[in-house]
Amino acid sequence: MRVLHAQLGHHFTLGELVQVRADLAFVTLPKEHLRSAVLHLRDICKFSHLVLMTAVDWLEEERFQLTYLLHNREKHWDLGLRVMIPRVASHMESIHDIWPTAATYQRELKEMFGIDFPGSPGVDESFILEGWKEIPPYRRDFDTRHYAEKTFTQREGRKTEDPAKTMKAKLYPDET
Amino acid sequence: MAYSFDHNRSPLLESEETTEIDLESGKYLKLWQGPQHPGITGNMSVELTVCGDEVVQGKTHVGYLHRGFEKLMERRTFIQCFPIVCRICVPEPDFNEYCYAAAVEELAGIQVPERANWIRTLILEMGRINSFLMYLGGQAGSFGMGVIAQWATYVRDLMLDRFEELTGARIYHMFILPGGVRGGLPEGFETRMGETLQELESTLKDIREVMLQNAVFKKRAIGLGFIDPALFDPYGVTGPNVRAGGLARDIRKDQPYLVYPQLQFDVVVEKDSDAFSRAKVRHREVFQSVDLVRQILAKIPKEGPLMAKIPNVLHWKIPKGETYIRGECSRGEYGYYMVTDGSGYPRRVNVRGPSYTHAMALLERLIVHVNISDVAGLLVSLHIYPPEIER
Repeated sequence: MRVLHAQLGHHFTLGELVQVRADLAFVTLPKEHLRSAVLHLRDICKFSHLVLMTAVDWLEEERFQLTYLLHNREKHWDLGLRVMIPRVASHMESIHDIWPTAATYQRELKEMFGIDFPGSPGVDESFILEGWKEIPPYRRDFDTRHYAEKTFTQREGRKTEDPAKTMKAKLYPDET
Repeated sequence: MAYSFDHNRSPLLESEETTEIDLESGKYLKLWQGPQHPGITGNMSVELTVCGDEVVQGKTHVGYLHRGFEKLMERRTFIQCFPIVCRICVPEPDFNEYCYAAAVEELAGIQVPERANWIRTLILEMGRINSFLMYLGGQAGSFGMGVIAQWATYVRDLMLDRFEELTGARIYHMFILPGGVRGGLPEGFETRMGETLQELESTLKDIREVMLQNAVFKKRAIGLGFIDPALFDPYGVTGPNVRAGGLARDIRKDQPYLVYPQLQFDVVVEKDSDAFSRAKVRHREVFQSVDLVRQILAKIPKEGPLMAKIPNVLHWKIPKGETYIRGECSRGEYGYYMVTDGSGYPRRVNVRGPSYTHAMALLERLIVHVNISDVAGLLVSLHIYPPEIER
């Protein structure tokens, strides 16, 4: 994996390689290099399988991390490409022409995180949510509890217990 | 500065240049298969545009079962996530438990005891059997052979009995947790499992006779939903859908996990890549799983710890990191991508279910030119479970 990282480093600006296991590593690269890096990895380095594509919201840093996990079928290696993009007006280039299945991931990311992928088929259509009016729900600043309390009402007479307190009393009675 | 998109860098695909469908012309008709329809695989629907009885366009719609698991997990401690992950996939919940537990263990640096790994493998293989039985019943039922579905449900129920005595639950077992498993095998379990496997094998042989050697089944399944092997990687196709196309890809062999390196089995492969080949692969894989369960019961250590020592779960913080854990479930590659930030909660958990790719881009491509009566058969042949699409 380190050799691959060094080879890729000749063509692209890469961050440090984070080797999680012998067959899994992650590397950060600038968003401008993502498409060419993905094409290079698919066509030359034989990372032919897009395992998944998802986002992580680093709210404190005001940015999203997009993760593209690619798999090499011959060596059975996984390489995660991380791209950091700003949270405000977030957008990224589409890779649906490289992997048609990426269009689904991008459609979901648009809906759940509000990250736009201009040109991706059906990216503006609702995927899971219908008639959603709030901020994209997988963003960290969307409060599920607040939304649930605002939208739904408690069943009358229902007794609610805090699971953390109940578990603490049950598992660690000495601490209570 | 406004963002301007460069279309030269993301050109349209050839497949996107579809013919214009004018619904006003009276030539086409919109037809919804699902969400309430016997010929749909669970909580999803396919919006069909048909010309006569031929489908000219199909669009998958999901969202009927969205419960926001990935978001819920961000607000739960690592141990609180464990009982909810199995609910992501009803027919084969154990893969969620395994992938979640393995991801937490890797990020927290926990070494799972050997005996727990054997029991985990046993559970996963039992889950694969159950899932394949649901498929066999569904596939036969989609072509009008409802009796086979009843046979499959009967033997699946026997396997649920074994799950119940092992884990205490029939569907959501909540048995594989970070650090190990909740218990060992009950007394006499091997004997009772042996009887169940015998009954299962006998039913499988009957199913082979009346389903795979049935002229009607062959007539309808052969050639249906052919997946060109060239599409496997572009469309993220995995599991039996790939093995039915002649490629011996199986994560249990390619990247062995748990105790699979200590078990003997060959990857089941067929060559025609159509619904019939996929049925044959899955039917043979039940026999394979039966054999694996027998091997596991023969080799499983009788003594030894079942749980590693884990920290106080109320104050359990996992250092910053990220990982991806995958396994070969009955439908293909199942995986969990987990990111931690040093706090007591996962920063992000993303579930990669095989149906995510099979039911969306792939299905929409395969469904064109299929007869309406074969749509149900095609859907089932891809072995789609919608909950893992929307989580």
